[in-house]
Amino acid sequence: MSLLQIKDLSVTFDSEDGPVHAVNNLSLSIDQGQTLGIVGESGSGKSQTAFSIMGLLAPNGRTSGSVTFDGQEILGAKPKTLNKLRAERIAMIFQDPMTSLNPYMRISDQMAEVLTLHKGMSKTDALAECTRMLDAVKIPAAKERIRLYPHEFSGGMRQRVMIAMSLLCRPDLLIADEPTTALDVTVQAQIMDLLNDLQREFGMATILITHDLGVVAGFCERVLVMYGGRVMEEGPTDPLFAQPTHPYTRGLLAAVPRVDDEDAIMKAIPGNPPNMADPPKGCPFHPRCDFAGEDCLVMPPLEPFAANRARACRRPIEKVAP
Amino acid sequence: MRPLLSVRDLSVTFPIIRAGDMPWTTPRLLRAVKGVSFDVEAGQTLGVVGESGCGKSTLARGLIQMVPATGTVMWQGKTDLLSLSPRKMKPYRSEIQMVFQDPLASLNPRMTVGQIIAEPLRTHRSDVSAEERRRRVAQMMERVGLLPQMINRYPHEFSGGQCQRIGIARALIVEPKLLICDEPVSALDVSIQAQVVDLLKELQRDLGLAMIFIAHDLSVVKNISHDVMVLYLGRIMEKAPRRELYAAPQHPYTQALLSAVPVPDPVIERQKKIIPLTDDIPSPMNPPSGCVFRTRCARATTNCAEIIPEPEGGDHKVACLHPGPVRESELA
Repeated sequence: MSLLQIKDLSVTFDSEDGPVHAVNNLSLSIDQGQTLGIVGESGSGKSQTAFSIMGLLAPNGRTSGSVTFDGQEILGAKPKTLNKLRAERIAMIFQDPMTSLNPYMRISDQMAEVLTLHKGMSKTDALAECTRMLDAVKIPAAKERIRLYPHEFSGGMRQRVMIAMSLLCRPDLLIADEPTTALDVTVQAQIMDLLNDLQREFGMATILITHDLGVVAGFCERVLVMYGGRVMEEGPTDPLFAQPTHPYTRGLLAAVPRVDDEDAIMKAIPGNPPNMADPPKGCPFHPRCDFAGEDCLVMPPLEPFAANRARACRRPIEKVAP
Repeated sequence: MRPLLSVRDLSVTFPIIRAGDMPWTTPRLLRAVKGVSFDVEAGQTLGVVGESGCGKSTLARGLIQMVPATGTVMWQGKTDLLSLSPRKMKPYRSEIQMVFQDPLASLNPRMTVGQIIAEPLRTHRSDVSAEERRRRVAQMMERVGLLPQMINRYPHEFSGGQCQRIGIARALIVEPKLLICDEPVSALDVSIQAQVVDLLKELQRDLGLAMIFIAHDLSVVKNISHDVMVLYLGRIMEKAPRRELYAAPQHPYTQALLSAVPVPDPVIERQKKIIPLTDDIPSPMNPPSGCVFRTRCARATTNCAEIIPEPEGGDHKVACLHPGPVRESELA
């Protein structure tokens, strides 16, 4: 049985201009210890997917479908049920470590709180465990620095604190929402390296949400590509990168600038991203797609087409041998 | 031929007055940019890369007196821009225009697109008639890929990529010779980044523009620059023609920076070895003695703490006492 199973998840926000369908009929599953990447540009619905798993949607957000964690339905569950799961079994790290840490609390207090609250530990035991965890995320002089406030850390160090905090209860599932987007490349490399090590050491399943295909390539076993609130293509990382079959996946890969290839040029995808308050009819990518035809005005279902791979496209680029 | 812009020994220093300092306390100095020299030729792009806090934006602002700077900034070999009073500087401001990072924040939300793009014309070319102005604005909108019938819309009605096109149109309407782009694509999605980079390249080809392209993303800079300059703590570490800098970097910082960029290829990415940089960037208030990079450098020796290395070499300049290709022992 999968650790997390999402079936037909839709997220809708009520706005003054009518409903905004941020996520449409998304399904995914992740097993114990797996790494899954959700890739997409802004407005693709990748973060809202994560928020709805954690019950963190804005008050005007509505969900439908089903999200089961370890066999238990958690979509729309009561805060009491969710609070038990959150931090203990599912943890999340966010893009901006400064705004997700409490600026008024010492690192020691905000970290220890997790353990005293969820595990009923004494403050002394909790602090000892927190220091051990800060050591594990390679914060030098953890014993002294645990007494500091968030603003006394650099961006990279703050993200390490967030990671340490999220791992305190040894969660089964870690959701990392753009964990390195706000960081410099050299720091990003350090953090991704750390996440890789910790993932192996603790064996938690990890969902990495990012817009950076390079980061996904190094970290994830499976990848889900989202656009305009829908899954466009999904599959194991290697074949998906080597043989993208959805025009969007292919366009995205061609648009990424590369440092390693001398002659690689960025190839733009024409047009603009969809306005989610007034999305195009049918496949959200069709107005920008070179291959689009009449039939693309009806949204194609996500269908399996090769080993472990699926795509939602009526005009895929090439046939891949099953 | 004389370079369009010739910068020598440019430094920008900010006095930092701390809470509790008395009026007579000597303020501490933050050297954001220190002793930077380079040339920009007409029709060429100089890429400036570095991590946050390395002084790349301050450098751009220093060039056009948006922040007080010292050194010389020779324009067409004739005029030192830093010696000019604001009034004398004004005609040069239309020759050097700027495009900013946040496309929406750099456009006035209460002005229509037409008014925004026309504003530099009003300021710098007051002799142009209203009718001619309208014609030029429509022409420029078309030139940057915006429909001229959108002229009466407001910035919030446009997507990020379109807003950046508006910013570019506003900069180009006065026909500048040099365009300074400060992180023009970092706020944009990948598929839109390439559009804006393509547009800038095309405009450069057609108009013979010189560009200073500032970005933290080394892979974007590689796509647009002729020369690339790497900054660290306000100093030049390495400067070379693009091909050479990416194929054969000589400075350990450039090498570390390049190795850290993730590559969208799972096979390469998993096997890739990087040069890990430990610790954080030191505070610019209190930079290390000698070479500013030495505290994070695997090659640092006692010499590095004493001697400040100057960028040396012909086309390929390296500011390092121990330059050379990546060593196997540095990879992890």
